[in-house]
Amino acid sequence: MNEVALLIAATIASGTPLALAGLGLLLNEKSGVVNLGAEGMMLVAAIAGFAATYHSGSEWVGFGAGALAGMAMALMFGVLVIWLNTNQYATGLALSLFGAGLSAFVGINYVGKNLGEHSTYEVPGLAQVPFLGEAFFKQHPLAYIAAILTLAIAWFLYRSRAGLVLRAVGEAPESAHALGVPVRGIRLAAVLAGGALCGIAGTFLSVVYAPLWVEGLVSGRGWIALALTTFATWRPARVLAGAYLFGGVTMLQFQLQSEGVQIASQLLTMLPYLATIVVLALISRNPTWIRVNMPGSLGKPFYPGA
Amino acid sequence: MLSVEARPQPSAAMSVVSPLLALALTVAIAALLFWLLGRDPARGLGVFFVEPLSTRYSLAEVALKSTPLILCALGLAVCYRANVWNIGAEGQFLLGAISAGGVALWVTTANIGAPRGVMVPVVLLAGIAGGMAWAAIAALLRDRFNANEILVSLMLVYVAQQLLNYLVFVPWKDPLGFNFPQTKTFVATTLLPNLLPQSRLHVGFAVALALVAIFWAFLFRSWGGYQLQIGGLAPAAARYAGFSARASLWGAMLISGGMAGLAGAMEAVGPLRQLTPHVSTGYGFTAIIVCFVGRLHPIGIVFSGMLLSMFLIGGELGQSRLGLPNALTGVFQGLLLFLLLACDTLIDYRVRWRRAAPAQEDAQVSAAGAS
Amino acid sequence: MNARAEPAYRLELIGISKQYPAVKANDRIDLRVAAGEIHAVLGENGAGKSTLMKIIYGAVRPDAGEMFIDGTRVRVRNPHDARAQRIAMVFQHFSLFDTMTVAENVWLGLGRSLALGEVTSAIRAKAQEYGLDIDPLRPVHTLSVGERQRVEIVRALLTDPRILILDEPTSVLTPQAVESLFATLRQLAAQGCSILYISHKLDEIRTLCTACTVLRAGRVTGVVDPRCESAASLSRLMIGAEPPQLTHRASEPGAVALAARGLTLPRRDLFGVDLESIDLSVHAGEIVGVAGVSGNGQQELLAALAGEDTRAPPESIRLFDRAIGAAGVSTRRRFGLHFVPEERLGRGAVPPLTLALNLLLTRREPIGRAGWLLLGRMRAMAQSILARFNVKASGPRAAARSLSGGNLQKYIVGREIDARPKVLIVAQPTWGVDVGATAQIRAELLALRDAGCAVLVVSEELDELFEIADRLVVIAKGRLSPPLETHAATREQIGRWMSGLWTSQTTEGAGAVG
Repeated sequence: MNEVALLIAATIASGTPLALAGLGLLLNEKSGVVNLGAEGMMLVAAIAGFAATYHSGSEWVGFGAGALAGMAMALMFGVLVIWLNTNQYATGLALSLFGAGLSAFVGINYVGKNLGEHSTYEVPGLAQVPFLGEAFFKQHPLAYIAAILTLAIAWFLYRSRAGLVLRAVGEAPESAHALGVPVRGIRLAAVLAGGALCGIAGTFLSVVYAPLWVEGLVSGRGWIALALTTFATWRPARVLAGAYLFGGVTMLQFQLQSEGVQIASQLLTMLPYLATIVVLALISRNPTWIRVNMPGSLGKPFYPGA
Repeated sequence: MLSVEARPQPSAAMSVVSPLLALALTVAIAALLFWLLGRDPARGLGVFFVEPLSTRYSLAEVALKSTPLILCALGLAVCYRANVWNIGAEGQFLLGAISAGGVALWVTTANIGAPRGVMVPVVLLAGIAGGMAWAAIAALLRDRFNANEILVSLMLVYVAQQLLNYLVFVPWKDPLGFNFPQTKTFVATTLLPNLLPQSRLHVGFAVALALVAIFWAFLFRSWGGYQLQIGGLAPAAARYAGFSARASLWGAMLISGGMAGLAGAMEAVGPLRQLTPHVSTGYGFTAIIVCFVGRLHPIGIVFSGMLLSMFLIGGELGQSRLGLPNALTGVFQGLLLFLLLACDTLIDYRVRWRRAAPAQEDAQVSAAGAS
Repeated sequence: MNARAEPAYRLELIGISKQYPAVKANDRIDLRVAAGEIHAVLGENGAGKSTLMKIIYGAVRPDAGEMFIDGTRVRVRNPHDARAQRIAMVFQHFSLFDTMTVAENVWLGLGRSLALGEVTSAIRAKAQEYGLDIDPLRPVHTLSVGERQRVEIVRALLTDPRILILDEPTSVLTPQAVESLFATLRQLAAQGCSILYISHKLDEIRTLCTACTVLRAGRVTGVVDPRCESAASLSRLMIGAEPPQLTHRASEPGAVALAARGLTLPRRDLFGVDLESIDLSVHAGEIVGVAGVSGNGQQELLAALAGEDTRAPPESIRLFDRAIGAAGVSTRRRFGLHFVPEERLGRGAVPPLTLALNLLLTRREPIGRAGWLLLGRMRAMAQSILARFNVKASGPRAAARSLSGGNLQKYIVGREIDARPKVLIVAQPTWGVDVGATAQIRAELLALRDAGCAVLVVSEELDELFEIADRLVVIAKGRLSPPLETHAATREQIGRWMSGLWTSQTTEGAGAVG
């Protein structure tokens, strides 16, 4: 029984960075901009957060640094894509490649470094509850923040005027512009928010989850987070659910190994990526689902005054 | 007041100038970076740009490293021009290496006596087939399930890496290899013949150049190439013209997969002569940059392939001579692509110095639209 | 503040100029609109009307000139400023969001001080005041084009404007709906709002407007009272001459070239229209016109006939008695069916490509053996089209997007006519095209018909169909009316049929729909 509880806890921990990054990318895409640089942003934020935590001794300084790093990368991307109207896919790709190189470069001095004592977290009182305590209430605060953020973003998108404006920008930026909405400013804000959340997610990986730095630490989670937004048909609650699903699949490989299943470890490592492919295929099959929820202008450039 | 206005016709001149401008800016930033790292900028730039071209052997190395880049980039150029975003060339590269390596390994261990003239083409064809098959997965999922090929092909990269790891750690590991994750060295009849004596340069380079000509003809003089590119430029026009979007998708993916597979095969039976987990140093991703910097054009790709090959070698030299981390290469590559995308806006837009009222809000109106 | 001495005009523009890379859209334009006046801005496509309106609305900034509202000099730098000045605009292409409700759409167009509930009530109140039928809770994608325009109008009215700009509002309306719109506008003007009415339709302007500024090639050529002018005099101001006359020969229709029998096709797209039991035949040597308000199935019908949609049962569409309902575009082209689509850039032609390369979209002559492209032949063919159809371009190497709308349309139509088709389908042949090119294109279609080709023209401009079509049909909600000889048809009758009322023999029915 305890094993199941531990598995649930591990799934939540594993899914949290995916959820945070996925929610950030959701906001990004709701404005009509697709940022393929998620992996690069998470990598740079991971090393920035790790370094900041290492030197300052405080995890929250690390998260701040990670968020800023993510936003800085997102800013580079945003200026190019929103004001110079460069191809969103190519630019995002460039960001990922650049981020991979930059993080590897900066991270050289931090390979093998230790962050010191790993604090344990638990919700006072609730953590003592049998089974549920172990499963749900011994998480890092960001896990709870991820869940709360999901609700907050859902409320924001569907119950607030600002969210309506964001969705309008994503659906038909030319129409929004004609109504006097500052399309470019809003898109930039969405891109920066995406960068900040991806940054926090990346830092979570290097400072809490692993916690260490190696080149390529993020291991494709940025790409999985991108897949999540499609998988979730751009709805926040589904992003969270999907994140936990992938977190679970990732944990599954360790579980199988520990149970002595006779499959080579490399093949088990493939599981999350194969799962992503399968889910993408299943979800994308129904074009109607996609069409109704996908921001109409996703990936297309916006020219005011056209 | 700087204003950005649309050009009625894309500027052919800027099309050529833009990559050069991006390169110049990258060099400038590189010099700055060297200086910040406490190295002499001139020496740093020299190591990256001058040394690789200084001796016959180093030139051969540049050509050698450019071969997989050029091959992959040619295939990707076709793909991107068709607006099919194959990001998984790295995975297709690895599958090409695995397929070719697998055949070569079998020949080596089973002691098959066929001559080189037969073996090498067979091995390369296996590599092409492997790359194509891997790309076909993404094509199939896009065709049948409308799954985004960017994400699928990328996920397959991670799967391919694990597959390679598995093969060299377990079934294909050389029993006499002191437990290192590597296969036996392939027998000579499967290896690519040398092109230039006293260097590692093999015939693959010549094949790559020949393919440059073939791809140029395909893209700019063939009906098939035309259809693919219209599909990428204006899908509605392609439908109007009656071009099959499905044929374009499969054509683009299989061509790029096959080329990446060929590149991988050539690495395996060329300089490496065995399979290890490090068959690729990210060639599949570097090739994406080569493709864009080369303007998605076969001739341009030769130059950008050489250029990025120089970056790679420069990175190694920088590490051994100046103690600079090899990861610097990745930084420069990414930077180059970024700057290129920014400079590319000059192809479709003009930057003007205006004294009149700022006209920032109307960035694009064509003569056809003003009424 | 620069106040004017005389009684102030509601809106006064002095010396407005705007230069674009290839063309001077506005050249020292003066415009004066009194309070409560319905003021027309007349000009053909390309004269600069839209640019001028965008300047007033703040979507575009002028290079020179000044604007005064009620005597006070103002600077409108963006639509936000325009709203603050109580200027409202109803665009030709609506700024509506399909996935949101009417109320949400209107809310977006207003300031943020109101709550959604307040906006919903305000919509109902305003709609009642002007007799406009709107349900605030419906999602926009369920609305017809005419209903969407009503949403735009209510949105504009709720900002309590003192200047309302309407850009070509009647292109999407049935004649009956046009009457309703005019009634609304008259009511609004009577309450003191000034209305700027952009159009190139002389009859409407003479019916509705009390003042008219005429633009030609970016300059003002006259300021008149349209009620005192004739169509001919207005036309002279607009294009410098009388409207060109087309020579009509009676058609001598031959055998049936293209026929649809009981064509029924469910929609392909979530927001599309189902086609139901379409019966249509086009004979060689005749022009059949399909009238209808946009959004009633024209796109779907064209896709089925041209071959972009191959889901129809093969026998439901016959080309020279060959069942081709399931055949693709290329097959139909081989049997002599050519198509000119509605969208020029991005569909009829690829914008960054040269005119020569754009030839290959629908012509296969320059393809040699083994698929090798014969570029010389391709360029020569393009050049001959440029010459024959009088297309103003720098040559076959000019990029498609560098041509004006009229010239590009001439090239595309010319490309298809040059192929000597047996059946030609044309959608919106002269939309957004200047008067000279319009006349030329219509003349070419008539010549093609005289040469024995079967021509099907789908157009939202009734005038155009009355001018060139031999027979008329009307498409409404995915169904096709029985055909009418053009000389026996009236605008009123067609207008009624556009609402789908052709089966009813009695009264007008429940009013204009769509």
